[in-house]
Amino acid sequence: MIHNRRLATANIGVAVGAFGIATFMALMQSLSRASLDLPGRSAKMYYLSVTAHGVLMAIVFTTFFIMGLGVAFTTRALDRPLKWPKVAWAGFWIAVIGTAMTAWAILWGKASVLYTFYPPLQAHWAFYVGATLLVVGSWVWGAVVVATYLAWKRDNPGKPVPLVVYGILSTIIVWYLATIGVAAEMLFLLIPWSLGLTETVDPLLARMLFWFFGHPLVYFWLLPAYVVWYAVVPREAGGKLFSDPLARMVFALFIILSTPVGFHHQFMDPGISAGWKMAHTVTTFAILFPSFVTAFTVTASLEVAGRMRGATGLLDWIGKLPWGNPLVAAVLLSMLLFAIGGFGGAINAAFGMNSVVHNTAWIQGHFHLTVGSAVALTFMGVCYWLVPKLVDRDLELGLLAKWQPYLWFLGMMFFSISNHITGIMGMPRRVYEASYGGSEAAAQWEGLTLLSAGGGILLFLSASFFLLVMLGTVTAGRKAQQPALEFAEPLEGEPRKLLVFDKIWAWVVAAVILVALAYAYPLADHLSMETFGSRGFQPF
Amino acid sequence: MHVDLYEKFWMWGAGAIIVVFLGTIGVATVSQGRLPPSHVETIDPATVRSDARFATPGVTTNDDGTVVVTVIAMLFAFQPNEIRVPANTPVTFRMTSTDVVHGFQIVGTNGNTMILPGYVSQFTTSFEPGEYLITCNEYCGLGHHMMAATLIVGEGT
Repeated sequence: MIHNRRLATANIGVAVGAFGIATFMALMQSLSRASLDLPGRSAKMYYLSVTAHGVLMAIVFTTFFIMGLGVAFTTRALDRPLKWPKVAWAGFWIAVIGTAMTAWAILWGKASVLYTFYPPLQAHWAFYVGATLLVVGSWVWGAVVVATYLAWKRDNPGKPVPLVVYGILSTIIVWYLATIGVAAEMLFLLIPWSLGLTETVDPLLARMLFWFFGHPLVYFWLLPAYVVWYAVVPREAGGKLFSDPLARMVFALFIILSTPVGFHHQFMDPGISAGWKMAHTVTTFAILFPSFVTAFTVTASLEVAGRMRGATGLLDWIGKLPWGNPLVAAVLLSMLLFAIGGFGGAINAAFGMNSVVHNTAWIQGHFHLTVGSAVALTFMGVCYWLVPKLVDRDLELGLLAKWQPYLWFLGMMFFSISNHITGIMGMPRRVYEASYGGSEAAAQWEGLTLLSAGGGILLFLSASFFLLVMLGTVTAGRKAQQPALEFAEPLEGEPRKLLVFDKIWAWVVAAVILVALAYAYPLADHLSMETFGSRGFQPF
Repeated sequence: MHVDLYEKFWMWGAGAIIVVFLGTIGVATVSQGRLPPSHVETIDPATVRSDARFATPGVTTNDDGTVVVTVIAMLFAFQPNEIRVPANTPVTFRMTSTDVVHGFQIVGTNGNTMILPGYVSQFTTSFEPGEYLITCNEYCGLGHHMMAATLIVGEGT
C-alpha cells in the first residue's frame, strides 16, 4: 500500500496550487505579447508575472509534485513507510515557508528578476532565502527517501531494487549534484549581496553556477516523468514493460550525464573559452542517447499493450490503446510533444544554430514542449490516477479529465509552433510587447503572436479543466476504496540478478568525476582571472 | 542482460545519429572556424565611459578596411542607437554593459551575444546591404522591450 499518504497529498496539493496561480499569469503573458490590451496590463505586471510564472511552474510545481510522487512511489514499491516521517514533514514545512517567502517577494513586486535571477538584477533578500529554503526542504525529502531505501536494502540483501525506486533514486542523485551549483550561488554570492554584506557580485561566475544547476534541473523534472512512462503507463495501457534492464541503463546514464553540460546555455556568453563550450557540446549530444532509448522502450511497451488488447496488424495497436484513459492519453500526447521538443533541443545544442535562436521566442516554444508538456502534462495525467488513490475518492468530473490532455496538446501546438517560428524570425523572448516602434522586422511577427495567444487561451482552458477536476475530486469525489497502486511488470519477469546499473554508488562516483572534469578547470581558471564585480540594480 | 534485436539496431542508429551531429559541428568548427562568441576580456563596469576602449562608442574603420563597432549597452538603450557599416566587409562588434546583463541580437542574422557587465563581448561578421533591427534579448528591467537599435548596412565594396 501507499504509506505516508497525507505527506504525499500535502506535497501534491502545494504543487497544484502553485500551478493554478501560475496558469493565470501565463494567460496574461501570452495575450500581452500579442499586444492585446487587457485591463491592468502594464510592463511592471508583465515582468512580475513572468517571474511568478517561471518560479511557480518550473521550481515550485515541479519540486513539490516530485516530492509527493517520490513518497507515494517509494513507500508503495518498497511496501514500507518512510524511515523518518517527522523529518520528512519538517522538510515539507521548510519548503513551504521558503516558497511563501519567495512568492511574497515576487507578488509584492520586489523580485521581478525572472526565474533565472541573473545578477546584477537584484531581488529582495527574501526571494533568495526563500528559494534556498525550498531547495533545503527538497534535500531533506531526498535524504528521507534514500534512508528508507537503505533500510529496505538491509532487509533485502542481494535483491535488485524495484525499477520505480531506482528511477526516484536517480532523480534524487541528479538533484543533489545539480543543487550544489545553485546553493553555492545563493550562499556565497546572492544572499550576502542582497543583504548588503558584500557590495558586488561577479555576473559571469553567478551564471556559471546557475547553469551548473539549470540543466540538470531539467532532468530532475524529466526523470520522474520517465518513471511514470516506464513503470506505470505500460500497465495502465494494458501491457508490460518491454525492458527493465534498459530502463535502468537510461536512469544510470542520466546520473552521469545530467550535470557536465551547463555551458550549452552559455554559448553566447563572453568570458568562457570556445574549447570548454565544445566540451560541453559533446556531453550534451551524448545525453540524447538515453532519451532515444526511452523512445524505443516505451513505444515497444505500448505496442505490447496494444497487442495484448487484441491488435494483430502492423500499426493497429496504436488505435487499440486506451486513448480515453486520462493518464494514458496525457502521457501519449506528452510523448508526441516531447519528440518535437527533443529535435529542437538538438538544434539548441549546436552552437551555430543556437546563435540564431538564442534568447528568442524559439526558446519558450522549446521548453513548453519539454518541461511544459513532457513533464507537466505527464504530471497532470498522474494526478488523475494518483490523487483518487491518495484521498480514497472517485475522480470527479471525469469528462473534463478525458478532454483536458487533448486540449493541452492542441493549445501547445499553436503556442509552441508559432513561438518557434517567430523565434527564427528574431523575436526576443520575454518581451512585454514586440512592436519595436513599428519596426518592419517586428511587424512580421504579428499574426504569429496572435496564434500564440490563441494557444495560450486553449492552454488556460485546459489548465482550468485540470484544476476543476482536482478541486472536485478532493472536495466532492465519492468516498470509495480505490484500486491499489500497481506498477508495470517487465515482459521478462521481475529482475532477480543485480546488474552493473544496480551498483548505484559506482555511478555516483563516475558522475562526480565527470562533473569535476567539466567544471573544475573552467571555474578555477575563471576565479584566477582578474574580474570586476557589479553592484545591484532594481529596474523593476 | 538480454536486449531485443530491434532495440539493438535502434541504439546503434541513435549512436550513429549523435556521431553525425557532432561530426557536422566538428567539421564546421575546424574547416570554417565557426565558433560561438567566446571572447575573454574584462573591464570595470563602473568606469566604462572613462576606459579608453569604450570612451568613444561608434564605428571606426581600420587602415586595412576592416570595421570595428564599439557599443555600450545600458538601461534601456544601446549607444550608439544607429550603426552604419559597409556591406560585405568584416565588422567586429565590441560591447559591454554599464549596468545589468543585456543581449544583442541583429534580427535576421546569426549575430547574437550576451553582454555582461564586467566583460567585453566580441564577434566578427559581415552583412548583406539592408536595414536591420537590433534587439536586447535578455530581460533587463521594465523597459526591456523598448531597448533596440538599428543597423544600416550600406552598399559598398
